Amino acid sequence: MNDQTKIDQDRAERTEKLQGMGCKRKRVEDVRFTQGKGSYVDDLKLPGMLFGDFVRSPHAHARIKSIDTSRAKALPGVVAVLTAADLKPLGLHYMPTLAGDVQAVLAEEKVLFQNQEVAFVIAEDRYIASDATELVDVEYEALPCIVDPFKSMLPDAPILREDIQDKMEGAHGPRKHPNHIFEWKIGDKEATDAVFANADVTIKEMLVDHRTHPSPLETCQSVASFDKVKGELTLWGTFQAPHVIRTVVSLISGLPEHKIHVIAPDIGGGFGNKVGAYAGYVCSVVGSIVLGVPVKWVEDRMENLSATSFARDYHMTTELAATKDGRIQAMRVHVLADHGAFDACADPSKWPAGFMNICTGSYDIPTAHLAVDGVYTNKASGGVAYRCSFRVTEAAFAIERAVELLAQKLGMDAAELRIKNFIKPEQFPYQSALGWEYDSGDYHTAMKKAMDTIGYTELREEQAKKREAFKRGETRELMGIGISFFTEIVGAGPAKNCDILGIAMFDSAEIRIHPTGSVIARMGTKSQGQGHETTYAQIIATEIGIPADDIMVEEGNTDTAPYGLGTYGSRSTPVAGAATAVAARKIKAKAQMIAAHMMEVHEGDLEWDVDRFRVKGLPEKFKTMKEIAWAAYNAPPPNMEPGLEAVNYYEPPNMTYPFGAYFCVMDIDVDTGVAKTRRFYALDDCGTRINPMIIEGQVHGGLTEAFACAMGQEIRYDEQGNVMGASFMDFFLPTAVETPHWETDHTVTPSPHHPIGAKGVGESPHVGGVPCFSNAVNDAYAFLGAGHIQMPHDAWRLWTVGEKLGLHT
Amino acid sequence: MIPGTFDYHRPATIEDAVALLSRLGEDANILAGGHSLIPLMKTRLASPDHLVDLSGIGNLKGIKVEGDTLIIGAMTTQFELIASEALERHVPIIAETSRLIADPQIRYKGTFGGNLANGDPGNDMPALMLCLGATYSVTGPEGSRQIAARDFYQGAYFTSLEHGEILTSVSIPIPAAGHGYAYEKLKRKVGDYATAAAAVVITMADGKCTSASIGLTNVSDTPLLASGAAAALVGTSLDRTSVDAAVLAAEVITSPASDMRGPAAYRTKMAGVMVRRALERAQSRAKG
Repeated sequence: MNDQTKIDQDRAERTEKLQGMGCKRKRVEDVRFTQGKGSYVDDLKLPGMLFGDFVRSPHAHARIKSIDTSRAKALPGVVAVLTAADLKPLGLHYMPTLAGDVQAVLAEEKVLFQNQEVAFVIAEDRYIASDATELVDVEYEALPCIVDPFKSMLPDAPILREDIQDKMEGAHGPRKHPNHIFEWKIGDKEATDAVFANADVTIKEMLVDHRTHPSPLETCQSVASFDKVKGELTLWGTFQAPHVIRTVVSLISGLPEHKIHVIAPDIGGGFGNKVGAYAGYVCSVVGSIVLGVPVKWVEDRMENLSATSFARDYHMTTELAATKDGRIQAMRVHVLADHGAFDACADPSKWPAGFMNICTGSYDIPTAHLAVDGVYTNKASGGVAYRCSFRVTEAAFAIERAVELLAQKLGMDAAELRIKNFIKPEQFPYQSALGWEYDSGDYHTAMKKAMDTIGYTELREEQAKKREAFKRGETRELMGIGISFFTEIVGAGPAKNCDILGIAMFDSAEIRIHPTGSVIARMGTKSQGQGHETTYAQIIATEIGIPADDIMVEEGNTDTAPYGLGTYGSRSTPVAGAATAVAARKIKAKAQMIAAHMMEVHEGDLEWDVDRFRVKGLPEKFKTMKEIAWAAYNAPPPNMEPGLEAVNYYEPPNMTYPFGAYFCVMDIDVDTGVAKTRRFYALDDCGTRINPMIIEGQVHGGLTEAFACAMGQEIRYDEQGNVMGASFMDFFLPTAVETPHWETDHTVTPSPHHPIGAKGVGESPHVGGVPCFSNAVNDAYAFLGAGHIQMPHDAWRLWTVGEKLGLHT
Repeated sequence: MIPGTFDYHRPATIEDAVALLSRLGEDANILAGGHSLIPLMKTRLASPDHLVDLSGIGNLKGIKVEGDTLIIGAMTTQFELIASEALERHVPIIAETSRLIADPQIRYKGTFGGNLANGDPGNDMPALMLCLGATYSVTGPEGSRQIAARDFYQGAYFTSLEHGEILTSVSIPIPAAGHGYAYEKLKRKVGDYATAAAAVVITMADGKCTSASIGLTNVSDTPLLASGAAAALVGTSLDRTSVDAAVLAAEVITSPASDMRGPAAYRTKMAGVMVRRALERAQSRAKG
């Protein structure tokens, strides 16, 4: 073995020992999760703790004539019953939403959706609390309700929000009707209209991304404990953004922020459902302040599905204009957005329709216009970003369905049309017609790799044969090929355009190296299953050469973690991940000075080697990071303060733009409408890959939720505003049996502005997956002249498509 | 999702159970596997004051063959039905149906008798018992009596059981050797009740159908015996025309509810599709 080989081998061994970026490190949090030793909010037991439970409205829209709590209060074990009348003197019967609206904590004069919170019973145990909710007598006078958002702004529509009836200027500009929330417009309308007026080919379709729910397995819950002596509030809860919750609690309660301790322990999934503030949080806090003992609130499944934030409900009139040979010239979209009874979107404050303006997708569309009207209806309020950056699933669904419809009209292959219109690699950074600067991308390479791997040409040939066989009556199965080439926009975000209630959307990391060379690192984000404890440690390991196993990552305690905006919109890696790398580099810079002092050389004479600084040209003369850490505390250079730690608050210069090429092959039984996914191939480009195993897990999860949304998951209401199917009997949460097999793949196009080139991945598979499944279904029926088929594509709806086409003779 | 207050009783004999039920009156419910009743209690759609748990009564479990009759104890679990060699040999359609009920965890607890006696039209076993011509043995304050499965179901959650009566066992005439059978169930996902399901048992001789029996699940407020559909098949070679007639005869007797599984028209048609597919599979299994 020659010297160089030996050096390389030694370096490889040391690199492997770090378990840094790029390796399939096993998730450290799974040690406790797989043993049932996670610690969730509902695991918390405090001395004297009471339990709260809600009385909820059976009506979608009704006037409250009276509330009589006397029978409930008389039940032994009941300690208090709160109503709006109790909260009003405190100014807490309404709370601010993240979208600039207010939301009733407990209904005062009216209820506006079924299962809205009307009273909060506090009792010695949850059984008594539950019994007592049945003893609160509420007299209602039912009112006509609005379920269909297209009826919200009719001249004779009942006025839903009497509390803001006269306020014709909303948080996002003028309101056109008492049931109107906002109108948001972007792009050049005149230019867009002109292109459409003269276009060779246009398509126009109403694309509905129906109402559904993020449905994390752990429901929303909180425990509030107010110390009357110290005047301090500790609030444990299912918070994706604990610091934001602390600030909001301070603003609405008047308690100083340093006397509020918000703690998010282990969280069992969030998917956007746990970003906002809920009535239960507020009532547990008020209960604890009033009673001076801890109060716990835990939602049940039906409450979660029917009362806390929903997602989607976007009705998108989508148009494309193109030349005869398939060059897309313009896009025009109008969205009617159903927000339910209160606008409780969890978007950055200036973005009432989230990042819907990413709807030009992966294509070089020179001219575009988007307008979004938000309206109130008698349904639960929202809508949050369900496993996607703000409204990005909606945007991807619009463009990816529209491109397919255009291909159909042009008689062109849908993949070919996409490739023809892709933004070219040399066009990045690319300025989109609707205002974004795409940081990087190589769409052509990704698409080609995907098409070659899936065998696209052969699949189309097989499909052509199957279609002929179907026409001849030899088979009752339809084959669909779904394509989706999505571009996400994640990592909110730059302070110039992203804030929540005025707080810029930076994020943070604080890294502290102990004298013996182990590490504690804290971030402003909060994992709900993403594996932050594993991946952040890998970033630090690679950056500063300390093994990931010696690095503890901690999040969720606002007393110890630096301020951050939390985890949603795939922002942890793009923002806090960047902060982590930058903080680590600060440490490394100081370590280099210390190492130079230790070895009595100039720091310029040192070079970094995996886990150590060594003297250039003298490989045997080095100091490991562990040695440097000891010296940092005990023998720092003169005039240098001891210690080895750093904090970084990272404000990203731009969003990141992950993308991917997805293909789905589906076989549909026309007689039952049952669709079977034969293959699903997902190629993701999330830039630099920190942990390929975690990425694969994220892709599996995101695709499974995409499959659910596209193929049957929905929150439906009947005409009286009764919520239908708000339990796991009806709400489609796929099990291992229903979930298709996933084939995953990747290309790597690093983000040019991110310190380690990473872009975020947790939500891409959802964003790209939903249109891919829907395109497969639509493609299956397209040759029969079906037209656009709306989601969800559950069996009875697909059977109805066949019925209308006369396929069931 | 928290039930109201109730008292729990676990008698050791059927006599004690009957006496308890008589004494406690209408506010008492029988608890078998609990997988239908407890969810109803958690959502407070049912709030019995007393639960009388039958799991402490030893002789309500088991499967035995007596001559040409199969006898299954009411507290036998779905899992035990699937694991039974006697059933596999004599009436394999019972295990086939059990495998389509809920999921493995529930099948370990869920009982045959509970599935039959609570009267939920979504349950799978009742239509199969109509199809097989089973007889239920019940014991009450007045003693024991036999009720034909085909006379048992009166409406949703409404059966011929009088208050205080307990289903103890079920007798099933063993179908002829070489019979063809199939249970076809369309459901949205694992654990779901049927959108529509069909149980089919046929015998064939010389290429002709010599007997047929068809039960339908969850397409009316009770399980249905599709006698007209069966009649359309007997004496035929199960040719396209006869099967079409049987499917139509099955469809016309359905009156499903529109629910999240689909509108009534769809569920009616699915009952037809399930009959057609069950017949195809039964025919492929039938000897003769």
